[in-house]
Amino acid sequence: MFSSLTQWIDSFLLRYMGENWALFVEFLLIGVSIMVAYAVLALILILVERKICAYFQCRLGPNRVGPWGLFQTAADMIKIVLKELIRINRADHFLFRLASFIVIVGSVCTFGALPFAKGLQVIDFNIGVFYLLAISSLGVVGILLAGWSSNSKYTMIGAMRSGAQLISYELSCGMSLLCIVVLSGTMQLSEIVEMQRDSWFIFQGHVPAVIAFIIYLIAGHAETNRGPFDLPEAESELTAGYHTEYSGIQFGFFYLAEYMNMFIIAAIAATMFLGGWQPLHISGWDTFNQVMDCIPSAIWFLGKTGFCIFLALWVRWSFPRLRIDQLLRLEWKILMPICLVNILLMALLVALRG
Amino acid sequence: MKKTNMEITEKYLSSLSFATLERRADGMLSVTVPKENLYEVAKFLRHECAEKYNFLFDLVGTDSDNKLGVIYYLSQSAQPEQMLALKTFTADREKPELFSVQDLWDSASVYEREVYDFFGIRFINHPDMRRIFLRADWNGFPLRKDYNADPAVNPVPEKSELISDMERMPSITLKMGERKEETSYVFEKDDYVVNFGPQHPAMHGVLHLRVALDGEIIKKIDPVFGYIHRGIEKMCEAYTYPQMLHLTDRLDYLSGTMNRHALCLCCENALQLEVSERAHYIRTIFDELTRIASHLLGWGCMCMDMGSITAFVYGMRDREKIMDIFEETAGGRLMANYATIGGVARDIHPNFQRRVKELIPYIRKMLKEHHMLFSNNPIARGRMAGIGFLSKEKAISLGATGPSGRASGWHNDLRKISPYAAYGKVNFDEVLRSEGLTYDRYVIRLDEIEQSLRIIEQLIDNIPEGAYAAKTKAVIKLPEGEFFQRVENARGQFGVHITSKGDKTPYRVKFRSPSLTLVGALKAIATESKVADLIMLGASLDYVIPCIDR
Repeated sequence: MFSSLTQWIDSFLLRYMGENWALFVEFLLIGVSIMVAYAVLALILILVERKICAYFQCRLGPNRVGPWGLFQTAADMIKIVLKELIRINRADHFLFRLASFIVIVGSVCTFGALPFAKGLQVIDFNIGVFYLLAISSLGVVGILLAGWSSNSKYTMIGAMRSGAQLISYELSCGMSLLCIVVLSGTMQLSEIVEMQRDSWFIFQGHVPAVIAFIIYLIAGHAETNRGPFDLPEAESELTAGYHTEYSGIQFGFFYLAEYMNMFIIAAIAATMFLGGWQPLHISGWDTFNQVMDCIPSAIWFLGKTGFCIFLALWVRWSFPRLRIDQLLRLEWKILMPICLVNILLMALLVALRG
Repeated sequence: MKKTNMEITEKYLSSLSFATLERRADGMLSVTVPKENLYEVAKFLRHECAEKYNFLFDLVGTDSDNKLGVIYYLSQSAQPEQMLALKTFTADREKPELFSVQDLWDSASVYEREVYDFFGIRFINHPDMRRIFLRADWNGFPLRKDYNADPAVNPVPEKSELISDMERMPSITLKMGERKEETSYVFEKDDYVVNFGPQHPAMHGVLHLRVALDGEIIKKIDPVFGYIHRGIEKMCEAYTYPQMLHLTDRLDYLSGTMNRHALCLCCENALQLEVSERAHYIRTIFDELTRIASHLLGWGCMCMDMGSITAFVYGMRDREKIMDIFEETAGGRLMANYATIGGVARDIHPNFQRRVKELIPYIRKMLKEHHMLFSNNPIARGRMAGIGFLSKEKAISLGATGPSGRASGWHNDLRKISPYAAYGKVNFDEVLRSEGLTYDRYVIRLDEIEQSLRIIEQLIDNIPEGAYAAKTKAVIKLPEGEFFQRVENARGQFGVHITSKGDKTPYRVKFRSPSLTLVGALKAIATESKVADLIMLGASLDYVIPCIDR
């Protein structure tokens, strides 16, 4: 469905202009649609989180702007765009401004590589998994810069914590994905999804895949800097951590990136473990499989991602925050060793299967 | 046996040629000693007498008969019902100086700063003679009777105080007969000092903690007070007694009912006014409901400071039910403005008993949920495990009363020690724990809620008939003398001291804030721990800032 649409746009453009111009326009279109999708999804996510959090806390959540408060986040966005960008005394202004862009660029680039539905993927690298890991860790540079350039002690502590945290948890994150790479034998996201046509990797991979999935959820959750791993912004001691000094849309960038990182982490979990946009198939149940096929692939993808996001929200609104030493102990003494053993297990499994 | 110990102490004190003993109108033994002998007597009472007076309850600065002085209210952990007032005076109004007792009682170090701030009495050998509530550039000492309150003397400052002024600690030392005036600094030159507060999302008010950090580890804490200092004690000197009542609610706003109760009891005892049983019962129920509300909020705040915002909302939700009950009967919610001298402001609402009875099973059910959600959560347990140790001796010396002291095993519940109102008629346990760790201070509040429910359960159906308030004169004048009353509020022992000259306004009023000493306890327990725990440890002590600053 999506490939026919893109082909139609391609041939339509070629009719009126040269190949290079057509490519240029196509890139532009893709860029704009990714940005729009990014912003819209973030707004929806913020609303969803606020609603879900409200129900966890026996409150109503936003309910004044529009029916059921649906336009609340749109109104918030307008407000945040109109707000003044405060100039901080004795801050490093170039780095200060740059930091929020680095964070959002890292996040948008990761977002662009996700396979949203059948044929709906912007770039399909043959090293897709590697690309995701590499580009998503760009964000930590932005966070460190933000903390450093703000000339504030809170942001400095927040940034240092975040550096320690993100770099540590990236290891577990990467290694649990590596498990799936070992199982699938490819790093290309489209192939990984294709291979899960009959059975998702979480079922194919037996115990090691389940372990990897759980570890990925924990480490990925820590990557997003959200409770119980929200030490870099630990409201109770550091006011807002690394983005304390930001205002207006620059703060908005950090905020958007935080929500979208949550989406990205959940989307990667869905792609790598839960079959991406593939419907649920159980071998032997042909009618069931056909019914499942009727549900559009985008719905499957968003549904699985939504499930993972809900898990993250549930955790966030239930648990208190870890302390920095506990956080690092969890990673280096518990998750890391399990991950290493788990890769070995997965390799054994693959070897035994032949 | 207990009596004899007191008698021995009394005999010793009366054997001193320089000491004058008297029984005050409120029955307390009062000893007046010259300022030269004060330290020696204090040291005897602290370390050598039969029952050691190891708890310095409060320091009251006075300015009467043209002499500046201090009253030391002393108590002991072995016989907590015993209180002793130790007094001393100095006739020097230009450069009044007394010997410091801060090496005998840890709590004295803040109390003496407070006396200096309000009366200008400097304490020799106290290392930190900064003003505590007012700015360093304030002219005059406001609680002196010759204080010039003209706004021209202290105009509204247009510039904020320099942070370096907050760090300069003047002191006078007298060692081996050699007198030295020195200035030292709170922090070393290259300390990494972070300001927590006065505006900070987790500070629960406007407390300003200046913290020197070494990475994530706290090296030193310097609390700066006074951002919400309203001069309540000074205001009281211009107010009549019924007017004063309204200020007590605004000290520790979370236990306003209890604070007001203390002042009412103090005035009633001074007037020898008979209060009806009905009023006593109603006041007790209100006190306990306030305690439940306060503990629920304290619990929620502590959870929030550990990052669990949901728990905070749950605490607020349950507290709301109590506020609704208050609103129906008293009209006020957070500040019920309910107790008056002689009784309560109006009779209870017809729905009151029914709603309180509905509340009890509800809170019990919610307590179970709170334990499930938070107390048994592995992350929460991990956060609280093994940190914030406060020993019993330190708690007593610091004057960390209330749940925080009881978590260290210090029996200090005034509802048990000297039962007032209807507390003598009910069965309940004083919750004591022995470890003195953060988890103990956390869980003791939830356990105290259970005990408060027990108290309410026993009283609610048995409120006797009768007048809800005794008749008082239109203008209330306390007889001449010094009066003192203490009650257990949600944070610890709250004390009221009134010096009356027989007028319709008091001559001197002093409120003992349990929160002030708890900040001292924070200094003791948070040093060497991680900065992430600082706020949580503060919340585990559950201080309320307006009560500190008064």
